[in-house]
Amino acid sequence: MDTFVQQLINGLTIGSIYALIALGYTMVYGILRLINFAHGDIYMVGAYAGFILATSLGFAANPSAIGFVVTLVGSMAIAAAIGVAIERFAYRPVRKFSKMTTLITAIGMSLFIEYLFVFIFSGTPRSFPQLLQNDSYTIFGNATISTSQMLIFGVSIFLMIALQYIIFRTKIGKAMRAVSFNINSAKLMGINTNFVIAFTFAIGSALAAAGGVLTAQYNPKIEPLMGILIGLKAFVAAVLGGIGNIPGAVLGGLLIGAAETLVVGYGSYIGIPSTYRDAVAFAILILVLLIRPAGLLGSNVQEKV
Amino acid sequence: MLSFFIEILIPVMVIISILFVLNTMMINASWKKVLAIAVIDIAILYIVNAMMSDAGFFGTGIGDYSARLLVFIAINIILATSLNLINGITGQFSIGHAGFMAVGAYASAYFTVTYGESIEASFAFMGETGSSSVVLLIAILIAAIVAAIAGLIVGIPSLRLKGDYLAIVTLGFAEIIRIVILNIDAVGGATGYTVPGYANFLWVGIFTIITIVIIHNIVKSDVGRALVSIREDELAAEAMGVNTTRYKVTAFVIGSAFAGVAGVLFAHYNRFLSTNDFQFIRSFEIIIMIVIGGMGSMTGAILGAVIVTLLPEVLRQLPDIQIGATTFRFADLRLVIFALILILTMILRPQGILGTREFGLSWLKRPRKATAGTETTGDSEGVPIAENAEAKRLQSEEDRDQ
Repeated sequence: MDTFVQQLINGLTIGSIYALIALGYTMVYGILRLINFAHGDIYMVGAYAGFILATSLGFAANPSAIGFVVTLVGSMAIAAAIGVAIERFAYRPVRKFSKMTTLITAIGMSLFIEYLFVFIFSGTPRSFPQLLQNDSYTIFGNATISTSQMLIFGVSIFLMIALQYIIFRTKIGKAMRAVSFNINSAKLMGINTNFVIAFTFAIGSALAAAGGVLTAQYNPKIEPLMGILIGLKAFVAAVLGGIGNIPGAVLGGLLIGAAETLVVGYGSYIGIPSTYRDAVAFAILILVLLIRPAGLLGSNVQEKV
Repeated sequence: MLSFFIEILIPVMVIISILFVLNTMMINASWKKVLAIAVIDIAILYIVNAMMSDAGFFGTGIGDYSARLLVFIAINIILATSLNLINGITGQFSIGHAGFMAVGAYASAYFTVTYGESIEASFAFMGETGSSSVVLLIAILIAAIVAAIAGLIVGIPSLRLKGDYLAIVTLGFAEIIRIVILNIDAVGGATGYTVPGYANFLWVGIFTIITIVIIHNIVKSDVGRALVSIREDELAAEAMGVNTTRYKVTAFVIGSAFAGVAGVLFAHYNRFLSTNDFQFIRSFEIIIMIVIGGMGSMTGAILGAVIVTLLPEVLRQLPDIQIGATTFRFADLRLVIFALILILTMILRPQGILGTREFGLSWLKRPRKATAGTETTGDSEGVPIAENAEAKRLQSEEDRDQ
């Protein structure tokens, strides 16, 4: 039982990170119907931005809460700016073209960021400094939870609530919902759709960067290609929950994180070796889509003739 | 640098363009003509294969590099044309082509490693070349069947889904296939799998031409018309009595079978298989080829395969530039430049280099523009141009908005 609780805590930790990244995928998809493959790389950019901030501002030497907050917010701001720039210079010119064109542009952007970072920082992994004292607390008998895990839970819950507030309680949130409902009607109603789209990219990128810094606190190894697999899994999480649906992205992320860790922990009892860890997300996705073709919380839109 | 251009770029370009021009002559040609062209093709391939040696065509000593490039271009042409059948012609958004390639590669590799020598021994009377060719042909047949079955298994459930959902499921299946192979110890698992080298440039070239001819004929047949109708409007196609599910699965199965063939050739030329060769980035590469060349265009897919294979190698030749005390190695930036070129191509020419048109010698004969008043609904082949219609619709929407 203790190990089960432990596995669940670890799984939900990874799941929260998946959820943070999946939110960016799902928001951009909801508005532009674009699979932003470069989003996983924004997560990596966030981690590197945090690394540079923490080392250059000297937070690495003496851990403090202020250092952590400055690093987190700073890297979120940098990633948001990069996200907006990507949208402006790569995605906006191809927005009107076919799905394939936008997809290839996104793949091209992803390759561009990855190899630019390989060029600048070299492919060798770096160690992210510990910004807060990392302690372990015992809960539920023998299960432990570390400070970095609590940080991941706390910060992601805070960010998700903030996102919910932005989307449902502010004017720009209302505009985002309108644009996602119908971009042309929104334009007719006087909404500056370009600004709304840029804002969406900024928020999505900031969330991914937060995920990057938080993960780097939990698992301090960062490298330029770290965003590929986690980005893909976060995208799977977004589709699993119903792409375009914000609670769905969180649900999908947590579900995939928990399922992965449980397969590693207990899969051998039912004949699934732990090496199948990376296949779990896809297997769940395929099973769910066969039963609910629009994802868990997505609504199936009937095609009108 | 100079030897790269003399030894690699020029021969590769010359060989590819001769074959390319020759094969475009097959379009709308009679069967006799097609057969004659195929014979000439194979003769050219045979001569090139005989000329290939480690010394290279011009004795610069990097011949194996240019041979390797030619083979990889040919394998990529097979992959691109077969994916084009699924994505470009049928309009199904599949981004997991590397998975089927992996199935073909590993199935055939297991066969040749286990039974290759004994089959070779029983066909020993055909000589060394003859008996190894028999093994390769059986391996290709097996791989095509296994990959087609994989395509069927993936295709039937997936094709209930549409658009991006289909895309992510095909990607998911490809990754699952890769991870399952990674866990089979009989084919080497994570350490990789050493495979006998039965394939050479001649075989790869022959199968490239066979693939192009078969897929071209499928596209031009009544099946091809049905596939195009699904791409243009699935509901309308169904209303006209096209069994859309059946045709979609057909396209999927044929496409996967040829991806399997490409896998065999890759395995037996490269002589070593690792699951890292079949990651989803490989699938993306194939998608990039068909989109850069022009979705739905056979010659576009071929052109895309050539460009995507050659471009990183050309960029590798970029010079170092000395600024002050630091040296900028531009060659290290080749993948960054490649990505930039990709993005710029999409911005400047979103329909790809050829669009949905086919490149051919007919371009020289026929007036490019239709005369006024005879506007047709399709291109020179009578295939409706979805892209143009979509662009027009968007344009009119934009005009209305302003």
